[in-house]
Amino acid sequence: MSGFIVKQPGLLSLLHDRGRYGAHNLGLTTGGPLDSLAFDWANRLMGNDINATCLEISFGGLNLEAETETSIVITGAQAPCKLNDEVIPLWQTLDIRRGDKLEVGFTSAGTRCYLAVRGGFDIAPSFGSSSTVLREKIGGINGDKLQAGDHLPCSGDKLVAHCRLTEKDQPVYGDSARLRVVLGYQQAAFGPLQQWRFFNSAYRLSERCDRMGFRLEGETVHSDIVGMLSEGICHGAIQIPADGQPIVLMNDRQTIGGYPKIGAVIPMDTARLAQLSPGARVNFEEISIEQAHNLHCLEQARFRRTPVQPC
Amino acid sequence: MRIEIAGQNAFIVYFAEQTSAAVSAQIQAAVSSIHATMNDSIVDLVPSYASLLVIFDLDHSDHFAVRQKLRAALTDLDSVDAAAGELVTLPVYYSIESGPDLEIIAERGNISVDDVIEIHQQQEYRVYAIGFAPGFAYLGEVDERIAAPRLATPRQKVPRGAVAIADRQTAVYPAVSPGGWNLIGLCPARMFDPAADPSMPVKAGDRIRFSAISRDEFLAQGGEL
Repeated sequence: MSGFIVKQPGLLSLLHDRGRYGAHNLGLTTGGPLDSLAFDWANRLMGNDINATCLEISFGGLNLEAETETSIVITGAQAPCKLNDEVIPLWQTLDIRRGDKLEVGFTSAGTRCYLAVRGGFDIAPSFGSSSTVLREKIGGINGDKLQAGDHLPCSGDKLVAHCRLTEKDQPVYGDSARLRVVLGYQQAAFGPLQQWRFFNSAYRLSERCDRMGFRLEGETVHSDIVGMLSEGICHGAIQIPADGQPIVLMNDRQTIGGYPKIGAVIPMDTARLAQLSPGARVNFEEISIEQAHNLHCLEQARFRRTPVQPC
Repeated sequence: MRIEIAGQNAFIVYFAEQTSAAVSAQIQAAVSSIHATMNDSIVDLVPSYASLLVIFDLDHSDHFAVRQKLRAALTDLDSVDAAAGELVTLPVYYSIESGPDLEIIAERGNISVDDVIEIHQQQEYRVYAIGFAPGFAYLGEVDERIAAPRLATPRQKVPRGAVAIADRQTAVYPAVSPGGWNLIGLCPARMFDPAADPSMPVKAGDRIRFSAISRDEFLAQGGEL
């Protein structure tokens, strides 16, 4: 069987397609790449199906050995990447030979890298998706993160024409983000003063962040709600429990929960949040649902129309 | 009924302030109606106690179209029969061996352990929501005499199939997990089996009855102690 052998799995390397949809009725969450833009770019540069399975490498530290010829690309966070000890560029496709050693070092700007291979990794879907959700033990290889010795199967096809994304078109991963928010859910229970505080304060990204939720620390915000019935939680929903500190709920969130929510961060911006490290500065900006739709359409157009450079 | 924005590609429909069998039946009817009329634009539905989260595909629809279709799909749900929903009976091996918190619940309610077991089987429960973990169905509402608060210190390991009570809710743990609910028995049926089709024996809106089985029956049906 052709593919890669995992020599060192890194801190948290997970196989993902775009996510598991249509299974919330069973209590299964979405999963999928935290930074969907970098993920989509990896598949586009590789000429893959948009839903092809890639590796999400959080914080780096991954070493692989190729058992096959193929082509690869790494996108996302800046990290020193090497092929047989020679530095290789990110956002650029390249060929791999059998026996090659591929190393993704620790991230220096941003926190999530995406590795795509030609044709995607060949992982059988569970509930319609290959995405790994550790909490549910579903997807990927036995529902787990990569382990040393794992075999990552892929086809062994190579790209005919190589390409890259020019630097000016690559995302820049900094140490702050402005998260645009569509008001919703229990927003009316957060009074004008509370909303003003929420949208006019700088928050700091907590150490306590995982694929379920990103916690923020800063100005406290309170609602009038004492107790509420649990209800469905959408991606990006901002939950504010009694301690007044917001939590942005991400891809692996529980599908229902009973804390008040002020609205939801748009997916474009949760992708940016996911690339931040603890201590990063975050602030929230209110936008209308119409603005959110416009931004989504423009983002789609930008992604489709940005040309890749042959190389 | 209120339709509110949840996020860029999601609405949440609030059916009532409190949950009830009638509200649950109405939500289930809404799920069917939405599946029948809007399947091309819907990605996921999350029914819960008194609400329904509707997640749509922004690449194939938009906020305005979905809201309009949602309004249409939600009209005429008032006449839904509160007794609707499939009836599913789940076998339970109730005993001190399989339900270590039976005595605590009995003491709280000033009744016998046999009374607790009897009362738990006496009524139909409604699947109000599925969540927390794959296959975890929140069932309500248990008789007040056997209602019990969550444990002060959750157990590190609750076995698969554990039948449990927290406040006025009851549930069957679909997998081994930590948990703070009061354990009263074990159910040999798999509440979530990724390899099975369907992978759950129940769905939101169903009606559930529990029926006592002996230790031997429990073991014969694949239960493990």
